[in-house]
Amino acid sequence: MSSNAVLVLEDGTVFRGHSFGARGERVAEVCFNTSMTGYQEIITDPSYHGQMVTMTYPMIGNYGVNTPDRESLRPRVGGFIVKEVAPLHSNHRAEMSLPDYLVEAGVVAIQGIDTRELTRRLRVDGAMMGILSSEDDDADSLLAKLHAAPAYVGVDMVRHVTTEQPYAWTGDDHRPQAPVGDDGQLSLFEGVPAEGQARYHVVCLDCGLKFNSLRELAARDCRVTVVPASTSAEQILALRPDGVYLSNGPGDPEPLTYIHETVRGLMAAELPLFGICLGHQMLTFAAGGRTFKLKFGHRGGNQPVMDNETGKVEITSQNHGFAVDPDSLAGSGMVITHLNLNDGTVEGMRHERLPVFSVQYHPEASPGPHDANYLFGRFIDAMAARR
Amino acid sequence: MPKRTDIQKILIIGSGPIVIGQACEFDYSGTQACKALKEEGYTVILANSNPATIMTDPEFADRTYIEPLTPEYIERIIKIERPDALLPTLGGQTGLNLAYELARRGVLDEYRVELIGASYEAIETAEDRDLFKAAMAEIGIDSARSDMVSTVAEGLAFVEQSGLPAILRPSFTLGGTGGGIAWNLDEFKSMLEFGLQCSPVGTVLVEESLLGWKEYELEVMRDLNDNVVIICSIENFDPMGVHTGDSITVAPAQTLTDREYQHLRDASIACIRRIGVDTGGSNIQFAVNPADGRVVIIEMNPRVSRSSALASKATGFPIAKIAAKLAVGYTLDEIPNDITRETPASFEPTIDYVVTKIPRWAFEKFPGSDPTLTTMMKSVGEAMSIGRTFKESLQKGLRSLEIDRFGFGADGRTLPDTSSTEIRRRLRVPTPERMFYLHHALSEGWSIEEINEITKIDPWFLAQLKQLVDMEAELRADAKKRSQSNAAELPQPDMALWRRAKENGFSDFQLGKIYGLRQSKVRALRQAAGINAVFKMVDTCAAEFEAHTPYYYSTYERECEARGSDKPKIMILGGGPNRIGQGIEFDYCCVHAAMALREDGYLTIMVNSNPETVSTDYDTSDHLYFEPLTREDVLSIVEAEKPQGVIVQFGGQTPLKLVKQLERAGVPIIGTSPDQIDRAEDRKRFKELLEDLGLRQPENDTVTNEEQAIATAERIGYPVVVRPSYVLGGRAMEIVYNHEQLERYMRFAVEASPEHPVLIDKFLEDAIEIDVDAGSDGERVVVGGIMEHIEEAGIHSGDSTCSLPPYTLVHSQVDEIRRQTHLLAKGLNVIGLLNIQFAIQHGRLYVLEVNPRASRTVPFVSKAIGRPLAKIAARVMVGQTLEQQGFTHEIWPEYVSVKEPVFPFRRFPGVDPVLGPEMRSTGEVMGIAQTFGVAFYKAYEASGQRLPLKGTVFISVKNEDKRSICLVARQFEHLGFTIVATDGTGAILKRNGIAIEELLKVSEGRPNVLDMIKNGKIDLIIDTPSGDAAKADHHLIRKEATMRDIPTITTLAGAMAAVQGIASVQAGVEARALQDYHSQLKRSRSR
Repeated sequence: MSSNAVLVLEDGTVFRGHSFGARGERVAEVCFNTSMTGYQEIITDPSYHGQMVTMTYPMIGNYGVNTPDRESLRPRVGGFIVKEVAPLHSNHRAEMSLPDYLVEAGVVAIQGIDTRELTRRLRVDGAMMGILSSEDDDADSLLAKLHAAPAYVGVDMVRHVTTEQPYAWTGDDHRPQAPVGDDGQLSLFEGVPAEGQARYHVVCLDCGLKFNSLRELAARDCRVTVVPASTSAEQILALRPDGVYLSNGPGDPEPLTYIHETVRGLMAAELPLFGICLGHQMLTFAAGGRTFKLKFGHRGGNQPVMDNETGKVEITSQNHGFAVDPDSLAGSGMVITHLNLNDGTVEGMRHERLPVFSVQYHPEASPGPHDANYLFGRFIDAMAARR
Repeated sequence: MPKRTDIQKILIIGSGPIVIGQACEFDYSGTQACKALKEEGYTVILANSNPATIMTDPEFADRTYIEPLTPEYIERIIKIERPDALLPTLGGQTGLNLAYELARRGVLDEYRVELIGASYEAIETAEDRDLFKAAMAEIGIDSARSDMVSTVAEGLAFVEQSGLPAILRPSFTLGGTGGGIAWNLDEFKSMLEFGLQCSPVGTVLVEESLLGWKEYELEVMRDLNDNVVIICSIENFDPMGVHTGDSITVAPAQTLTDREYQHLRDASIACIRRIGVDTGGSNIQFAVNPADGRVVIIEMNPRVSRSSALASKATGFPIAKIAAKLAVGYTLDEIPNDITRETPASFEPTIDYVVTKIPRWAFEKFPGSDPTLTTMMKSVGEAMSIGRTFKESLQKGLRSLEIDRFGFGADGRTLPDTSSTEIRRRLRVPTPERMFYLHHALSEGWSIEEINEITKIDPWFLAQLKQLVDMEAELRADAKKRSQSNAAELPQPDMALWRRAKENGFSDFQLGKIYGLRQSKVRALRQAAGINAVFKMVDTCAAEFEAHTPYYYSTYERECEARGSDKPKIMILGGGPNRIGQGIEFDYCCVHAAMALREDGYLTIMVNSNPETVSTDYDTSDHLYFEPLTREDVLSIVEAEKPQGVIVQFGGQTPLKLVKQLERAGVPIIGTSPDQIDRAEDRKRFKELLEDLGLRQPENDTVTNEEQAIATAERIGYPVVVRPSYVLGGRAMEIVYNHEQLERYMRFAVEASPEHPVLIDKFLEDAIEIDVDAGSDGERVVVGGIMEHIEEAGIHSGDSTCSLPPYTLVHSQVDEIRRQTHLLAKGLNVIGLLNIQFAIQHGRLYVLEVNPRASRTVPFVSKAIGRPLAKIAARVMVGQTLEQQGFTHEIWPEYVSVKEPVFPFRRFPGVDPVLGPEMRSTGEVMGIAQTFGVAFYKAYEASGQRLPLKGTVFISVKNEDKRSICLVARQFEHLGFTIVATDGTGAILKRNGIAIEELLKVSEGRPNVLDMIKNGKIDLIIDTPSGDAAKADHHLIRKEATMRDIPTITTLAGAMAAVQGIASVQAGVEARALQDYHSQLKRSRSR
């Protein structure tokens, strides 16, 4: 049996289990995800920056990990919590085991705890900070360290996960390389390669995006340029995109005022905008609305969402801790288009006049169902209509 | 969309008797559907021939027709009731086929009945191989490659492309004759040549083999608004090649990445849309090549299936109930999720545990049958188990099976042959025991790679099994250390290790075997160390929302979610997996107990491990525990719930065999006391009881060796019935007619010893057997029903056809039966139900057996007399008198009810379908009519074997029957039948002036009787074999008849009943609702 690991929650609850990742100690918000498949996509989803994820499905690691299924270049979770890790993985696409992957990437992970108890606690008492350690097994000492750690409120998480340099998406075997100008300097505005058959040029504002967004756009004949979250509206407009994709990302949307500003600028330019998750919240702030923190968030692949305009239900992949306050949208020009059928929260909106729309969930799935895939088509249509 | 108001009356067709491949899961789905539709205010018309179902209880539908499930009867019902719609997707394949046939014949159009749920076209596309394949190709879903060939050259061209092995399926041959798997080219050529010859149209379907591929199932639901959700994914432990009903299956899928899973999900959604199942659930099966991930669709069931029942129990999402609501126009988002209450049904359940289903087989009942698992389903039931890990879930599943196993090995049982070649063979050829050979191989250090190579079982599963074997080794090492200790006091077992063992599903029994401790000691030791089971909830959402339905499973973790309650609690122990002798009837009784006590304000707790049943619907009781029915597991629940009373007499043998252990552990058992149950079961005590009461039983004795046996048999005189003591369902019971047979029996069939004595009873030849069900509150005894068997004594009562009320007994005999019933009920101080088997020989009444518990016939009797016996008994057990319940007088209906068993012989080629003391039927049907003849005919027809109204009858009877058969033959002659017979019987018939056509016996040359049968010249066979080992001729005749579905009657009494039935039916029959029969009872009562 591997060495011990301990998880201590903000409220003092202690879970003792076994380490199966890197040695170390991490402080992060503890959340749970109810997807039964897709742990690799979850681990590599930049939206989980600053969070440790509990998988409610108890048996994890069954099919190993592989390169094509990653959603960013490396694991992003601030810790990983499972009931039991498979002793042996089995899948023809597997390249390595989950524990090896986590050790290599320096992710601290614990197994052998009552993950259902942990989940119930988070459901009942709300999201909590936690400390996960494979080095210190003294609960009191860990709790003291947890209390001493800086708070999350008002912190910009996006800057930790956004791309440092702009790049062009070149496909699944992707190794993002910043376009380099003749002078050897990184150049944002000239280096973007014009791909042969691409019909549209989409700029993706990277707040912590998942590769599958890019795969979906590329599959619809889009040339995609990914730019850092700090890129201004002017800089983006200078790339002469047909539309801008506002990606998902981690943390509290409120302090990200520089992005709110950028999105406001893009709206003013009346460009087709498609926001997902954090991008949806960025649009909210840009339009003058607000968000609020959910008790424990929506994280999983089975959330039912109703499209108010068609009356159809889609099963969606979700990962968010904040939601849009519907009252705050009054007078913003944004119209609510999608609602969560579980708790009635806002799941999507569009602008009453502009080709601007967004959803709180993940149409790019990965992991999760493909029901919301059609939204990429809507984005294409919006760009086509502007031509 | 709100529900439809343009339809008011809906017809639901059930699935008929329990047969292999179609068991009580369709009672579960049908019951849910009836409840859901009634709740919505629709008038529900139900047709089902199976009386042991909850759905055919008169309160579950407005009009209940217990009639044969044939297009003709359904048409009659439609004509009487004029339903607006027919919901075909909830009654299994039987219901679906009937609906399809009625649509095809134009009956539905004629009476303007709308098919809701699935259209005619949808059913056709899903069911027709070629149409299905083409439809799938249209939407880009791959099917197994195949080609219809008419020459060997064409076949060779096909395999050149798709490789070997290949599967051959000759067109239009019976039971797959001439088909099979070809492993090499030579074999392929010769098999194809043979197959082409066998096929009357000279074509063979050659198909790419998917053997060894991984197998998956998805349960899909769709509503009228085209919303589609996946309820559950299932992965088979056994790879392709074993029927999914015979496979160990696990939910959710374990070894698929999200990408691969979503691919299956997308394909499933595309499939249900293309097939056009408008609303409701479908089951879609896929095969995945483990080497490269290629996905092939295998089939789609456009209806609720066995897997849907499993998926419902595995997730808490009630598929059938929701399917019924969708069929009348609701959309998924309009239906609330009962479990969370706040969230809608338009979601996909997510689970935080692992569910394992393990089939239960009954090969021991069919000596000579081949236990190899193939693409034809052979299991008779299944157990489901829930654990937080696969390992825990698997071990719980294995100890749920009622096969005296307590987990994955380590339970003191050994394998007969463990040579390396034998292990290799047993791993390669799947049989029910393969799991235990896997245990052995892993314990012996075989590598996962090697075992995967042989079995194709996914390495992930094998690695999990390996972990269990490794843990067992750790436990053994600890046990050894302990036993080698010289210390005065033995050291404690390693409790940290025990905790891990319990988390991995090891039972106290296994730990006891490993450490040489009693189970109770293991329990005490671990409880002292704080190692206790906790209970978690099945909530559809992995704890994301609060759950309101207390549906629990046990595990060994930290937090326990079981809730307290102020209400008085009654716990009901269910019957475990279905098997022969222990079926839906007992579940029916458990459900009734729960319903009655719930109505009376008790908090009811159900414990069961069978996913097919109504009892394991979270709606049935207040608290549901999906758990194995072992001492350990039941005690854990008792400790958590602290019930005031535990009912053991409704779940059949499964809970009964726990009675003593539970009582010893202080569990409050209500109803007839365990001591009285023992008094009825223990031969010696029972004999004393009968002597005290002055009742007669066939002469008998208990012996412990061959000499004693022979001496006893000679003393009481042959024939005798021999059986091991404490047997269930007539296991290893035989009638022996002479010294040699007895010798053989004692030497080969049983291992007699002082601990395992053998019982010898005088066999009452040519006796009439009678079954009685009665209720007693300790003061009053009321007979529920007296059933006269049609076959003479000696045939297991579960396999006998019987009539209520009796059809030949005279008043004085019935009075004597009543008198003895009262004496026995009082003598055993029965509180609840009691079943007695009597026999009348030469006018004398003998008591054969008394069971102070619910019997197999309780549902049948309840339906026949219009009073719910099990409910009444449950109320008696909590203290109500029969008088308080208004059940004070025996009901003697004016109409006749006949119960007829159904048999699985077609599934077991080579097994002689002759009846004996060993029960072999899987289910039963009921026929009701104003006369015995019609009721018998209907029951026979409902069992799937229609008696001919004209044609040729072949008669061959044993000497004892030769006199009486003349009367029967004469009646057949009058009815216009042609009679054929071979010399023995023929001579007698001719001598009595009956015109016959004489036939050659098989041994006498050709053309003989077998040729006649094969040529379809015989419509009915009456063949009563002599008790002495059946002659080869008879064996061949019955085998052939079974394969060709020619009705075969093997008893004289059956023949008499048949001819009476045919005579009555020639005059015409009608369908009539159970409610009408019951009001006839009320009228006659008030008269």
